[in-house]
Amino acid sequence: MVAPLRTSLLRQAGATCLRQQRTTLRPLSRSTLQRLASTLTVLEQRDGKLNMSSLASISAAQKVGGSVHGIVAGSNIKTVAEQASKVEGLEKVIFIENGDYDRGLAENWAPMLIENIKKGGYTHVIAGHSAFGKNLMPRVAALMDVQQISDITEVQSEDTFVRPIYAGNAILTVQSNDNPKIVTVRGTAFPSGAAEGGSASVEEGTDPKAACPTEWISEDLAKSDRPELASAEKVVSGGRGLKSKEEFDRIMPPLADALGAAIGASRAAVDSGFADNSLQVGQTGKNVAPQLYLCAGISGAIQHLAGMKDSKVIAAINKDADAPIFQVADVGLVGDLFEKVPELTEKLGKA
Amino acid sequence: MSGLRILVPVKRVIDYAVKPRVNKAQTGVETNVKHSMNPFDELSIEEAVRMRERKLPVEDILAFSAGPAKSQDILRTAMAMGADRGIHVVEEKTDLEPLSVAKLLQKVVEEEKRNLVILGKQSIDDDANQTGQMLAGLLNWPQATQASKVEIDGESVTVTREVDGGVETLKAKLPMIITTDLRLNEPRYASLPNIMKAKKKPLEKKTLGDYGLDGEKRLKTVKVEEPKARQGGGKVEDVDGMIAKLKELGAL
Repeated sequence: MVAPLRTSLLRQAGATCLRQQRTTLRPLSRSTLQRLASTLTVLEQRDGKLNMSSLASISAAQKVGGSVHGIVAGSNIKTVAEQASKVEGLEKVIFIENGDYDRGLAENWAPMLIENIKKGGYTHVIAGHSAFGKNLMPRVAALMDVQQISDITEVQSEDTFVRPIYAGNAILTVQSNDNPKIVTVRGTAFPSGAAEGGSASVEEGTDPKAACPTEWISEDLAKSDRPELASAEKVVSGGRGLKSKEEFDRIMPPLADALGAAIGASRAAVDSGFADNSLQVGQTGKNVAPQLYLCAGISGAIQHLAGMKDSKVIAAINKDADAPIFQVADVGLVGDLFEKVPELTEKLGKA
Repeated sequence: MSGLRILVPVKRVIDYAVKPRVNKAQTGVETNVKHSMNPFDELSIEEAVRMRERKLPVEDILAFSAGPAKSQDILRTAMAMGADRGIHVVEEKTDLEPLSVAKLLQKVVEEEKRNLVILGKQSIDDDANQTGQMLAGLLNWPQATQASKVEIDGESVTVTREVDGGVETLKAKLPMIITTDLRLNEPRYASLPNIMKAKKKPLEKKTLGDYGLDGEKRLKTVKVEEPKARQGGGKVEDVDGMIAKLKELGAL
């Protein structure tokens, strides 16, 4: 019992320090703060390749103002660091060469990240609201005694951020006095930045080599030649109206191919086994904001709309003229998808 | 092996089927609407109960909620689904932030000697997706978030989790934190006899002060607004009309 008590006392002491720090920061004007701002962006990599969608963090960091650094970790990380150093907007890339970080496990990433945050004295830490960012950042935030701000869609100032709540049915603007401010960003709300033209310095970071109690066993990723759902320019999406996996697989892929689109699905379609869970668009699945979101057999439940209503153009095919999807669709076609979608596919193919 | 002493935190939220409306003062949403247990928390309870039904050595399942008096209802629901007892930290004034909840749960875990905490991956009101990970950090326990499959063998826990592009499988030892994803299970409905039985199960009322916490908020709500309304652009007659309109809008 003694050890936990001591840690909680230490934590309290830490909290008091932070609070004092906050009061000293308060009298400073916003522009001074902006000059002092320095952000660490957590960049993702897989098999020695930089994950381009994680670059949205850099665009968000630039809106905060001040200097922007990036951090990457894993095996053969030098190549990734070199790649990242060319990304526009980054001043410095910190790399940690250690295969233990390859699987993005929060248990050893969190202490490593915290060491590097403290060493760099960053005022902001930004990561993508991806599976990796969602898993890792709250652990980091709690250990630093910070209330994280998740899935932001806008940076209003260095301490004020905008994020959707209630499945996107309300938009919350919040202000944080925490230091550092820990934020995850909605990838589709920020441009992913130019991968060329930058010339950041590359520097080795601190590696506390924390033990990881969790062992990574295996993964099973859906293989696809199509564009990645979260960042695709066009998305075609199917729902319960497709009736079966066979029909889903017969109707949707040709339409996707005709448009060069990624394939998405509603939760109903996923739950019924028509499509893989990784294709789910909505509050509990992926958020997409493509140029064109074309959906068939989707009624438009609020949880689904949460994931796609920021699309530039929404087109819907549904046989129910009263389906809620038509209230948000720019182009609606009332009809049987089993006739209309193949006809659309064929005509698009000719065009 | 030691038995499983499970903690399942549940949250009372606006029912998932209700479309929330922003209040006039722009300080939040109208709360005078139907509330239910957060859907992801139903999955947590269900998973805990199934562990017992799979003959795993479950010692007890403790449901926990922090929130207004009405949160009692969802604790009773959790008990009707199979939780053995409940703790309710009654807090009317403040909507606790994830960090406060995590600190509160840390105390509950220590006091109640829990070795497995199953939380929902996010609550459908603030959509933060933080509490489980924060709790794991504070306790320095392993975490497996967005679980779609959980297998326990002795001290060893194997979890399949939903990640971008597919699934991955992790293995860790108890004690640990798991957060649930929708595919994990299909929560049961509480039967009337079980609802009646749940009324007799112990439900302890506590306050934040009992745990030495004050629920101080870190984030200041500047405002809450309605999202920009999207205007449906009307309907077209046929596929040709659709293609023409999409071209006109520059989407093709």
